[in-house]
Amino acid sequence: MMKGIRMNKIVTGLLLSLALAGWVNAETVFVTLEKDNALAVVDPVAGTLIKTVPVGQRPRGIAISPDHKFLYIATSDDNTIKLFDAETLKELVKLPSGDDPETFALNPAGDKLYVSNEDDSLVTVIDIAKKKVIKQIKVGVEPEGIAVSPDNRWLVSASETTNMVHWIDTKTNEVVENTLVDPRPRAVSFTADSQQLWVTSEMAGTVTVMDVKTKQLLNSIRFAVDGVTADKIQPVGVVIDKDRRRAYIALGPANRVAVVNAQNYEVEKVLLVGARVWNLAFSPDQKRLYTTNGVSNDMSIIDLEKLTVTQSLGVGTYPWGVAVKP
Amino acid sequence: MHFWRALCGIVGRELWRFVTQRERFISALVRPLVWLFVFAAGFRAALGLAISPPYETYILYEVYITPGLCGMIQLFNGMQSSLSMVYDREMGSMRMLMVCPLPRWFLLLSKLLAGTGVSVLQVYVFLVIARLYDIQMPWQGYLWVLPTLILSGLMLGALGLLLSSFIKQLENFAGVMNFVIFPMFFMSTALYPLWKLKESSALLNKLAQYNPFSQAVELIRFALYGQFNLHAFIYTLLAFIVFMAFAIMGYNPSKGMMTRKGAV
Repeated sequence: MMKGIRMNKIVTGLLLSLALAGWVNAETVFVTLEKDNALAVVDPVAGTLIKTVPVGQRPRGIAISPDHKFLYIATSDDNTIKLFDAETLKELVKLPSGDDPETFALNPAGDKLYVSNEDDSLVTVIDIAKKKVIKQIKVGVEPEGIAVSPDNRWLVSASETTNMVHWIDTKTNEVVENTLVDPRPRAVSFTADSQQLWVTSEMAGTVTVMDVKTKQLLNSIRFAVDGVTADKIQPVGVVIDKDRRRAYIALGPANRVAVVNAQNYEVEKVLLVGARVWNLAFSPDQKRLYTTNGVSNDMSIIDLEKLTVTQSLGVGTYPWGVAVKP
Repeated sequence: MHFWRALCGIVGRELWRFVTQRERFISALVRPLVWLFVFAAGFRAALGLAISPPYETYILYEVYITPGLCGMIQLFNGMQSSLSMVYDREMGSMRMLMVCPLPRWFLLLSKLLAGTGVSVLQVYVFLVIARLYDIQMPWQGYLWVLPTLILSGLMLGALGLLLSSFIKQLENFAGVMNFVIFPMFFMSTALYPLWKLKESSALLNKLAQYNPFSQAVELIRFALYGQFNLHAFIYTLLAFIVFMAFAIMGYNPSKGMMTRKGAV
């Protein structure tokens, strides 16, 4: 009898550890490959490329729905944003996105999609359930970076040529305010508490931190990398951890990711990754960071506890966007 | 018992010499540190983009050359021991050692172990300084590298011994520098990876591949990242056996070079 109970315990333990192992391995990273017209599926824990799936012409922007069931991919040359089943990677729906969609943002509820239409200087608002365009909002020239605040109060669009961020009220879909930022703003990101907006400026080589309430500048961060000339430091992707302890900024052709203390805005470290690092994404537990390196055709995996790059993994030609499914 | 006492005596003497000669200790460290801080700093981005094992991601040049500089410390140490052998021979202390009633191979091996012990110490001090300079290996790497450092130290020391059996006078040591140390160091994977050498010259690539110093450096490089390079291990081990065998022959008064030179 005792033996039976012990056996049961062992079997339960084994099953539990297997389930846990399965859970650890379940995290999947998706990378859009601009030149391969495909999506790379990566197991970041094992550090292997699982498969590459064709998704459409020139895929760039990518996002995962809040319930992690659907993937949205902007296939720029197909002039559409496609919806995929995140498990089977089967194409479900094509959404009307306007011409040449590149970057887009989902609202926290996951029912609206905001798309930057670079050539038309527009932001297109799409109702996902109805598959319909609700509104097109006129913004500055060449809108690129776009983000919705986690409290769903603000939609922010950055226009590269006008050098402005446009504050759009999500209730009315109207531009409420415009703020000048450093030349060629590329990406925008809100902190988890919706109190700050971080804007990267590619030409100026800076990151502007703004207070959401006052829309005023809080700080401007500059970068310097030993052995790299200033013109190569072109900040693009930016992510901030949920406790606002650190922010990570992709420095483009400087081939580095900058680690910035999000409390005092000091650059703590720069990490060497692949060539022309562009976009960034956290693992669900925020212990790892994934980067897409456009020119070296790989992604890098950064251990955020040790602040070291653990691996750079070939994924395909021109990796662009990255999304993570827990 | 005699063997043990002789071994302790020889190793102890060498270590004592090393510790008391502070200038020698510092100069042994200055060379690789200048390479690391000055030479490597100028070539930070020179490595381009390919990732070659044991590395799994992009590295700075100073990270790449650190194992090569560990090898350089051992190479120079091996040559330094050979220099001291020639010096001992000229001064007559070699005669004292050689007449002791123990096999010649054992005396030479003890001398070799003593030199290797010193070079391993030097490498560890260098690695500590490199770590402070943010060239960090995984912790287990520092442990794994010990046996490989002993083997590579023995191999390079045996090469030094072999050379010392050829050198007649102290003045000829400059020749050793020009004909052995520099070609061995530059035609190896210490400064540039094989794929980089291949880009510039196929011949250079081949020479570097067959250079035993390259294999010793690769053995150290892999061990520093907790990996074992079997090919480099076998190559280094074989090189050690061959060099040692020739060195023992070289120091044999009835057969070796000594008879011709009439020295010792």
